[in-house]
Amino acid sequence: MGFLQRLKEGLRKTKQGFVDKVSNVFSGRTNIDDDLFEELEEVLIQADVGVKTTFALIEKLQEDVETENITEPEELMNYFQKELQTMLQNQEGGFKLDKKLNIIMVVGVNGAGKTTTIAKIAGRYKNQGKKVMLAAGDTFRAGAIEQLQIWGDRLGVNVIAQQEGSDAAAVAYDAVQSARARDVDLLIIDTAGRLHTQTNLMEELKKVKRVIDREAAEIAAGVEVLLVLDATTGQNAIAQAKLFNQAVNVDGVALTKLDGTAKGGIVIAVKNELGLPIKLIGVGEAAEDLQNFDPEEFIEALFSSDQ
Amino acid sequence: MIFSNLAEKLQDTFDKLRGKGKLNEKDVKAALKEVKMALLEADVNYKVVKKFINKIEERAVGKEVMESLTPGQHVIKIVNEEMQELMGGSKEEIAISSEPPTIIMMAGLQGSGKTTSAGKLARKFAKDGKKPLLVAGDVYRPAAIRQLQVLGERLEIPVFSMGDDSDPVDIARGSINYAASHNCDLIILDTAGRLHIDQEMMAELEEVKAAVEPDEILLVVDAMTGQDAVNVAKNFDQRLDINGVILTKMDGDARGGAALSIKAITGKPIKFAGTGEKLADLEEFHPDRMASRILGMGDVLSLIEKAEKSIDKEKAAALEEKLRKNEFTLEDFMEQMDQVRNMGPMDELLGMIPGIGEAKQLKNLQVDDKQLDHIEAIISSMTPGERRDPEVINGSRRKRIALGSGTSIQDVNRLLKQFKQTKKMMKQLNSGKMKKGGFKLPFFG
Ligand SMILES: Nc1nc2c(ncn2[C@@H]2O[C@H](COP(=O)(O)OP(=O)(O)OP(=O)(O)O)[C@@H](O)[C@H]2O)c(=O)[nH]1
Ligand SMILES: [Mg+2]
Repeated sequence: MGFLQRLKEGLRKTKQGFVDKVSNVFSGRTNIDDDLFEELEEVLIQADVGVKTTFALIEKLQEDVETENITEPEELMNYFQKELQTMLQNQEGGFKLDKKLNIIMVVGVNGAGKTTTIAKIAGRYKNQGKKVMLAAGDTFRAGAIEQLQIWGDRLGVNVIAQQEGSDAAAVAYDAVQSARARDVDLLIIDTAGRLHTQTNLMEELKKVKRVIDREAAEIAAGVEVLLVLDATTGQNAIAQAKLFNQAVNVDGVALTKLDGTAKGGIVIAVKNELGLPIKLIGVGEAAEDLQNFDPEEFIEALFSSDQ
Repeated sequence: MIFSNLAEKLQDTFDKLRGKGKLNEKDVKAALKEVKMALLEADVNYKVVKKFINKIEERAVGKEVMESLTPGQHVIKIVNEEMQELMGGSKEEIAISSEPPTIIMMAGLQGSGKTTSAGKLARKFAKDGKKPLLVAGDVYRPAAIRQLQVLGERLEIPVFSMGDDSDPVDIARGSINYAASHNCDLIILDTAGRLHIDQEMMAELEEVKAAVEPDEILLVVDAMTGQDAVNVAKNFDQRLDINGVILTKMDGDARGGAALSIKAITGKPIKFAGTGEKLADLEEFHPDRMASRILGMGDVLSLIEKAEKSIDKEKAAALEEKLRKNEFTLEDFMEQMDQVRNMGPMDELLGMIPGIGEAKQLKNLQVDDKQLDHIEAIISSMTPGERRDPEVINGSRRKRIALGSGTSIQDVNRLLKQFKQTKKMMKQLNSGKMKKGGFKLPFFG
């Protein structure tokens, strides 16, 4: 069963009790012992929650057992659930878009799903009656501009583009100017995929951001940076989030490809260690396959069985 | 990364235990926990890690390790041996069909790097004297065909496309005729990215396979993949019986544990590594290097082996003592240099040190063995007294030494200055946190 299916079933199951994989760990045993914690470790690691976060969680629970005199595994499960929810709390899905012009700059490593996510966001807000514009800021990858233009055509949304190989910052500048001139509500700027370790490309990204910030300040437009993370990614997502955040101050994360079997648990670490809120999830390749992130649903799906 | 250097971690663990005399099972377990954490940090699948650790434990709890004077290094050695066994030994080639065209089919998840890898392979085979044809089989992702066409133009390699209204199976079939009429002897089929649980899309790949019977089916996997790598690899392999894997985005800082998981689950070899966005950035895959990368310890093992072979244990201990007391002289320096040089050429050694091997800017660093010859010559031209106490070397002595060694006064000055700095550094280290008993080479550590 894919994540999408699991998400759909998620809410229904909340009413029945905490997710199956986790409840399997806690129920069906009478003692809190090493085996319990090892099983929990397995469940968490396999969901890509990450080594550090997993062991921090387990240590916290072990402490709780001591200090709170917990003897029942079921009772411990409540603690676990609360712990996770605290980690993901204060999440608000989606965007506010409360300025006259709102700009979203989308960044991430190669193939994470930036361009597709842009199309999805554009589709959502166009349907809500907003005037949306896209900027083809990936001037590097072969076919990237056409990819965004095809989406623009499909959605009936304007795309600002220059030649392949041109300066991404210039495209961004152009885009902000025409968005302003054409009374656009939402401008979404695509950028080329880059590994967070490529310092020169990260510098280029900073430059694009500076240009956007400067132009936006002049007209009091809102600017948000959205980092796209692929749910299939493991521990490396933390390094990605850290370095992109250092370079361009990430405001939120979109987690893509949750329609597969990958659980994307690494965003717990991203939220917990770096404080970056998760805003959106991608659950397919079509424009409508976008949902707001919901911590409860997410935790549900994170630990549900695959079959 | 927390465990950027497993070797050091293990050494630490065992150093702490050293005072205790013989190690027991619990000590070894503690050390193996470090190995386990390192593997999990590197995204090796949990189940694979568990099996792996059990196997190592069986071996490591034996007498041999626990009675060894260097249990840390012993455990590393076992870990590495088991790792090599899992990763496979030698590099694997692509099967070239005796009856052209050879057909290579790409498969993988969305965004894993299939199209770029297809271009890179085409370039590689063209360099090898083949006449490749790239086939645009991704009819789903917007502008995927365009992307391949641009790559083809850049490489001056033909691209076969039937637009995005055709069936990928027909496109694959059509490419064979096209290849024949255009004198191409190798076909690389790009396919759309798809989820391993998408039944319809997976069935499509099976149909393409049945239609053209590729010689090679390569699964393209992103080196950053987490725990799900096993599910992906298992499904693709079950449906397509893949021949191997291309591991992409290896130029990043992901440790790439997925490689180990995939090999363990499917038994299929990793054949190539993608190491950058440029079309030249495709390398043969070296299982041994990957093992070290996953463990985050460079090629420490070979370094240890070499050091064991060429460094006289007693002399090393005496040297360490001198270092600690800051009685290190130029004579010791020369002797140590000799020992190090016995281990092999400098740049090779440097490449084995974790961090340095991967650091791009250091990749092209050339350590000149000639420079070491100079140093030896200079020190040889000194009197024993000068070697023990370089402070006495005044201007006229410098001149004499330069003449005698066939170098310049500047060379002599540079060496003396370096030596002075090193001693100063040693002093700081000694008063601070220089590790005892660890495997450390002054000047190179
Ligand atoms: N299954 C699934 N596929 C997705 C999702 N989001 C994106 N994709 C696919 O992932 C692939 C890469 O997506 P892109 O949007 O091109 O990714 P990108 O980050 O813009 O890639 P580059 O510009 O090459 O760095 C495409 O085939 C998309 O259709 C998702 O939520 N689920
Ligand atoms: Mg893109």
